[in-house]
Amino acid sequence: MSGTALQARGLVKRFGDLTAVNGLDLEVRTGTCLALLGPNGAGKTTTIEMLEGLTRPDQGTIKVLGLTWAGQAQEIRERIGVQLQETRLTEKITAKETLRLFKSFYAQSRSIEEALGIVKLEDKANDFVETLSGGQQQRLTLACALISKPSLLFLDEPTTGLDPQARRNVWDIVESFKSEGGTVLLTTHYMEEAERLSEEVVIVDEGRVIAEGSPQGVIGRLEAESIVELHPRDGGAQRLEDAQLLGLPGVRDVRRAAASITLSVTDTQASVGALLGLLGEQGIALETLQTHAPTLEDVFMDLTGRHLRDA
Amino acid sequence: MLRGSALLELTRQRVLAFLRRPEAVFWVFAFPLVLAAVLGFAFKSGKAASSRIALLEESSVLFERLEGAPNVELELFSSRVQAELALRNGHVDVLVLEGEPPVLRLDAARQEAEVARLRVLVAISEVESDRLALDEVTERGSRYIDFLFPGLLGMNLMGTGLWAIGFAVADMRQRKVLKRFLVTPMRRSSFLGSFLLARLVFLVLEVVCLTLFAVWVLDVPFRAGLLQYATLCLFGAIGFAGLGLLAASRVKTTEGVSGMLNFVMMPMWLCSGVFFSYERFPDAIHPVLRLLPLTAMNDALRATMLEGAGFGQILPELGVLLFWTVVPFFLALKLFRWS
Ligand SMILES: Nc1ncnc2c1ncn2[C@@H]1O[C@H](COP(=O)(O)OP(=O)(O)O)[C@@H](O)[C@H]1O
Ligand SMILES: [Mg+2]
Repeated sequence: MSGTALQARGLVKRFGDLTAVNGLDLEVRTGTCLALLGPNGAGKTTTIEMLEGLTRPDQGTIKVLGLTWAGQAQEIRERIGVQLQETRLTEKITAKETLRLFKSFYAQSRSIEEALGIVKLEDKANDFVETLSGGQQQRLTLACALISKPSLLFLDEPTTGLDPQARRNVWDIVESFKSEGGTVLLTTHYMEEAERLSEEVVIVDEGRVIAEGSPQGVIGRLEAESIVELHPRDGGAQRLEDAQLLGLPGVRDVRRAAASITLSVTDTQASVGALLGLLGEQGIALETLQTHAPTLEDVFMDLTGRHLRDA
Repeated sequence: MLRGSALLELTRQRVLAFLRRPEAVFWVFAFPLVLAAVLGFAFKSGKAASSRIALLEESSVLFERLEGAPNVELELFSSRVQAELALRNGHVDVLVLEGEPPVLRLDAARQEAEVARLRVLVAISEVESDRLALDEVTERGSRYIDFLFPGLLGMNLMGTGLWAIGFAVADMRQRKVLKRFLVTPMRRSSFLGSFLLARLVFLVLEVVCLTLFAVWVLDVPFRAGLLQYATLCLFGAIGFAGLGLLAASRVKTTEGVSGMLNFVMMPMWLCSGVFFSYERFPDAIHPVLRLLPLTAMNDALRATMLEGAGFGQILPELGVLLFWTVVPFFLALKLFRWS
């Protein structure tokens, strides 16, 4: 069963002079996960809040589960689950009471015990929110989003600020939701998260889509087998010219940062071998040399010349 | 079953979240009791405070005439400079200097000075007491504490009403909980209604506790009809709730709402007859003061509690409170921001 769970066309949102979202199209197929990937300020939250019906777009159309916000808002709200970027639940209320409140808003819902089980907080049921760790609170807000058995889940940076273990716990929950046929729209600036959870990534920058497709497809567009990063010593980076580097076998692209150089290469073995030869000829010593398989981060670098995350 | 109702669940959580904050419970329940008790015992005895009168040591004639006068406490100073200093910093109320006639130095703006002047006058001119007989007021209902208590209750209803709603709304907006509720099918009327319901729960507790304390411990008379009293408290509570909602309809932070609430309450603390009657302000502004919700509340509380006034007599005050319920509430609904 494959249809469209969420569709947006030509979304535009302006705040005064600033155009936060600038003509954005999205389509999420039922039962899949789409990740909106982009740096801080790219317009991810503005986009997801328009889709959630919290913000009215200046232009564009939105269909959620085939319904529109203008006509069937209550019906949509019954069927979506939402985790906002920064909700702080009431401190002196227990996990169980928090879920009980959210449950009371919906016509149909799962039991509180079941929701606690999904996010593995059974033993914290009677603890006040204020005593839960950051990761546990995040799981509790996920449970609030899941209490109504939604068919579409919106997650805005669900793992920002969490430690790696807590992050994996959240991923497990999202994966189990998907395995039961749920559809997910998530925003993130962690490429690992997008690669692991989503069938489709949309990379946004300054309110526009700059690349989209499956994670592998988007990465494949770099046409690179690997990424080589070298840190020459003693200002050696300046002594290497772009033309020299591009002349090496298999080197497709050269980028420079302060004291490092990043190469996209199609043949790792040939390129690295030739590179070491060139360094030897010029008498340049290396601080470090690293190679890795290309990631969405490299795609973003390639397209914008900037990092996804603030350094 | 009740369990499923969003309105009741929201109300229940408001009540729980409040009761689990000991400091909030203290400010709402314990603090007014302590304040009433302290002020009540301070003024319960009915004994007038003495006037402190400064004399120079050499003023032997004055000393003889003032010594032993009722409600007078003499303080002797060796130098004029010291005596003037004591007068300036309020340590004594007047300074009497010997002469023909004796000279009274005082700060005319201080009420204590005026009282002291009269006492000195009575003592040195030997007005005979049978020219003006004295009949001290001691009966219940006309002492200062009897005047004070309804004012304290009114002030408390205003404070808890404004804070309970204004602060909670701003806090929930700041924590993005309001926004989170907005993406659920929760009806907005349930949300707003839950504040009113929770307010009523605490209203009953507050009014009953404070009133029982006043009647039993401070011996304040209670001559109100229960129905009148309950109706009045309800009108007051809802009026202040509407005002709290209006104050919090747009502010984004709890600091913002604190300033806003103090701005709303400050004039009423001073001008609505809590600690002293607003009759002391110029006559011309009395009609304006009577339009303030706390003035209406205090006037009507005093009328019912102390004089057993019926609905007919407190109708104007109920009207004022109703106005303050309806107008802010509708304005708040128009202005309210969820995020
Ligand atoms: N309510 C608002 N008023 C004005 N500017 C806003 C508002 N919300 C977001 N912005 C601006 O819009 C841009 C996109 O913000 P946002 O959607 O939050 O980005 P992201 O979630 O990708 O970090 C930013 O420059 C931000 O400052
Ligand atoms: Mg964001």
